Amino acid sequence: MAVVQPAPAHSRQFLSGNEAVARAAWDAGVRVAAAYPGTPSTEILEVLARYPDLYTEWSVNEKVSLEVALGASMVGARALCAMKHVGLNVASDALMTLTVTGVEGGLVIVVADDVGMSSSQNEQDSRFWGRFAHLPVLEPADSQEAYTLTRAAFALSEQFRTAVIVRLTTRICHVKGAVTAGEREVAEPSGFEKDPPRWVMVPGHAKPRLPLMFDREAALRDAAEASEFNVLEPGKDTRVGFVTSGPAGMHVLEAFPDAPVLRLGFSYPPPIERIRALAAQVERLVVVEETEPLLETELKAVGIDCHGKDILPRLGELPPSILAPAIGRLLRGEAPVEVARPAPQPVFPRPPTLCVACPHLGVYYTLSQLRNVIISGDIGCYTLGAGHPWNALDTCISMGASMGMALGMDKGRGEKDANKKIVAVIGDSTFMHMGMQGLLDITYNRGNVTILLLDNRTVGMTGGQDNPATGRDIHGMEAPRVDLAQLCEALGVRRERIRKLDPYELPTLFKALREETRIDEPSVIITDRPCVLIGEYKPTQAYRVIDDSCTGCGNCLDVGCPAIHVTRRGEETKPSGKVVDLAFVRIDTAACTGCGLCVQPCAPDAIVHAQNVQPLSFMRKSGSEA
Amino acid sequence: MSMSITNILVCGIGGQGVMTATEILAEAALSLGFDVKKTEVAGMSQRGGVVTSHLRFGARVLSPQIAPGDADLLVGFEAAETLRWVHMLRPGAEVLTNVGRIVPPVVNSGRYDYPDDPVAQMAALGLTVHAFDATAIALELGEIRLGNTVMLGAMADQLPFPDDVLEQAVLARFAKRKPQLLELNREAFARGRAAVAVAGA
Repeated sequence: MAVVQPAPAHSRQFLSGNEAVARAAWDAGVRVAAAYPGTPSTEILEVLARYPDLYTEWSVNEKVSLEVALGASMVGARALCAMKHVGLNVASDALMTLTVTGVEGGLVIVVADDVGMSSSQNEQDSRFWGRFAHLPVLEPADSQEAYTLTRAAFALSEQFRTAVIVRLTTRICHVKGAVTAGEREVAEPSGFEKDPPRWVMVPGHAKPRLPLMFDREAALRDAAEASEFNVLEPGKDTRVGFVTSGPAGMHVLEAFPDAPVLRLGFSYPPPIERIRALAAQVERLVVVEETEPLLETELKAVGIDCHGKDILPRLGELPPSILAPAIGRLLRGEAPVEVARPAPQPVFPRPPTLCVACPHLGVYYTLSQLRNVIISGDIGCYTLGAGHPWNALDTCISMGASMGMALGMDKGRGEKDANKKIVAVIGDSTFMHMGMQGLLDITYNRGNVTILLLDNRTVGMTGGQDNPATGRDIHGMEAPRVDLAQLCEALGVRRERIRKLDPYELPTLFKALREETRIDEPSVIITDRPCVLIGEYKPTQAYRVIDDSCTGCGNCLDVGCPAIHVTRRGEETKPSGKVVDLAFVRIDTAACTGCGLCVQPCAPDAIVHAQNVQPLSFMRKSGSEA
Repeated sequence: MSMSITNILVCGIGGQGVMTATEILAEAALSLGFDVKKTEVAGMSQRGGVVTSHLRFGARVLSPQIAPGDADLLVGFEAAETLRWVHMLRPGAEVLTNVGRIVPPVVNSGRYDYPDDPVAQMAALGLTVHAFDATAIALELGEIRLGNTVMLGAMADQLPFPDDVLEQAVLARFAKRKPQLLELNREAFARGRAAVAVAGA
C-alpha cells in the first residue's frame, strides 16, 4: 500500500466520518494508531496507514490496541485507537484502569456504535463507557464535526490528562460530506517519566488516585458547560425545544427548522446548566439520543422535566421520518395524517451470502452432511453458514466464543446430547483475536471438541485486512507469519490431531471430520485456501451444465454457490410412489471461477468445463467497494 | 423537507458498484459548489446483500438520509432491487432501472419467487420508468463491471447538472486510476445515455 500525500490544509475535501477522523488524527500529530478491524470503524486505520510519518498497526484485538495506544501515551506521544462498539467491551479491562492513571500524550479512543445493526451481533450505546469510566465523550454529527472534534479531543486529553472517547455511529462513519482540514501540528514526545505511584496500579497507588479522577470529572463538567462544541441553534417555535447529540442532531435540525435545538458535541459530562436554561425557554423539552435514555435519565435526576424514550424508539436510528410523527403526536395528542405515498412493494429478501467459490462453501456443505453434531460458531463471514442451504452453524455470540462454548457444551451435556459430536468453527483472525485462549482452555481441561480453523488468510468480513497469519502488515508489507498448526500444537493439541486440508476437496474434508469427531480429544482441522476476494485467490476455468445431462437432482444447489441458478422445476414419481422435487440448473459462467465444488456432488456428471470462458470479475472486490 | 435539496437514491446489490457510482455523482455535485452528503449502509453488503446509497445535495444538507416519499430520482442497478425501493419516491418522481436480474440463492432454492415483471409492476403504480438492459450493454462491451458507467450515462440527462459534468467526473476517475479503460468507459457512458433516450418513458 503506497503512502499518499494528504490533501493540503484548508482545501475542501469529500470525506466519510472515518476518513475525517483519520485526517484529524494525522493533523493532530498522532504518532501511534492501532485498531482491530470492525464495521463500521475499519476505515479509520486503513486511511491512517496510508499517511506518512506515523506508526499504524492492526492489533490482534481491541484490548491490545488500547494498550498499545496507552503505552505510546505514557512516553508522551499522541495516540489513537479505533474500534467498533463491541471492541470496547474487549478493551474495557484496560479502559477501567487507565482512567485511574490518566494519560500523558493525548489519547483518543474512537468507538463506533452500529446503531441500526447493519453488521453487528448487538446494538449497544458506548456513551455508557464515559459514565462508567468517568471519561469525557465527544459526539460528532457529521464528517466536518468528526474532524473538528477528533482534533479537539487531543487537546482536551492533554489539558485534563485523561483519555477521551469520541463516539461515532454508522451514520457518521459511512456518511460522506464536505470537510475543511486545518494545519498539521507535530510535537516531539515528552519522554517516559518513572512514576510508580502514577503508573503502577496496585491498591496503595490506585486508592489516592480515585479522588483525582472524580476531581477531573468535576472539572470536565465545567468545561462541558463552557464548551464551544455545545451549540444552541436558536428557533422561534418554542412549543418544543430539543437537546440532542450525534447524527440525531442533524435529523432534528432537518425535521424542526424553527425549533430551538441544543446540540451536544461534548456530551459527557452533560452541560446541565445549559440544558436547564433551554428548558426554561420552551414549553416542552425533548431529548433525542441514539440509543439509550442516558441523558434523559440524568436530566430527570436533576429535576429537569423532559420527554425522551416515552415518545421515541429505544432502538435504532432517529431519522426525520421517525421524529416528525412522534413530535406531531406529542403536540396534538394524536397520530398525524399520513401522507399518501406508494406502499413498499413485496420483494424477496436478499440476505448476504457467501461468495461464488468461497472456500467456506466446502466446509458448510460438508458440515451439512453430518448428523448428530452441535456446531459452535464464531464471528466472521462464516457466520453465514447458519443460513440456507447449509443450516450448519448453531451459535454466534462474541469474538472467539466458539471455543469456550464448545467446551461448556461438552462438559455440560446430559443424556440427550451424549451421542452428539461437538464442533467449533472459527476463522484465522478471530482465532488470534480471542480464540487462542479458548483453545488453551479446551486442551487444559481435556475437552472433546473438534475445531475447524478456517484459514482464508484475511479478515474477510471487514473487507480483507491483514493479520498475524497472513504474513503481511497493515501496509501490505512482509511481516512475521504465525504458523497456525504450530500455534495449535503449542496450545496443547497433539500433533497427530492437527490436519491441514483443502476445503475444495469434499471427500477428504468429510473423512477428516468424521474421523476427528469420533476421537475423544481435541483436534484441529485447518482449512487452507484464500478468500476469493483477495489477490492470493487465482480464478481458473469456469464450469457449465450440460442441459441434456442434468437430471434435476439439485445436489449442486446444496453447495450454496450463488453462481448456480435454477432454470426450471419439476416433479418425479419414484418407483416407490414417492414424489420428489426436481430443480434443473445452469451455471453463470461469467461469475464462476472454477472452484469445482459443485462438480463433486453432481450425480449425473453434468457439470463440465466451459470452453474458452475466462472468469469475469463480477463479485470480486473492486477498489473501495467494501 | 427543504425544497432546494435534490435527493437521489441509488440501489442494487453488493459488488455491482452502487457506492462507486454514487461517489462519482457526489463528486460531480461537489464540483458544482453544492453542499453534498452521501450515505449508505456497507459492511455485510459485500456478500451479495442489498445496497442503497443516498445522495443529497443543495445549498445546505443536514440529515444525510432521504426520507420515504422524498426521493427525486431512483436509480436501480438490478430490476427487483429497484422495485424494492419505489416507496422512497416522491409523487411524480422518475425511475431509471437496469432490467438485468441477479437471482439470489433464496430464489434459486425455491423459497421465494422473483417478481414476474418488476418494470410493469412499477409502471402500474403510475411511476415514470426508464428501463434498459445495462447488464447486456456492459457484457457487449466485454466487461460486466462497466455496468455502473452505463448506469451513470443513463442518469446524465436526468440531473440538474450542466451538460458533460457527470461524464467528466466519470472519466476523471479513470484517467487518474486506469487510463487504459478511459475509452471503454466513455463508450459505456454514451451507450447508457442513449439507452434512456431510446427507452423513453
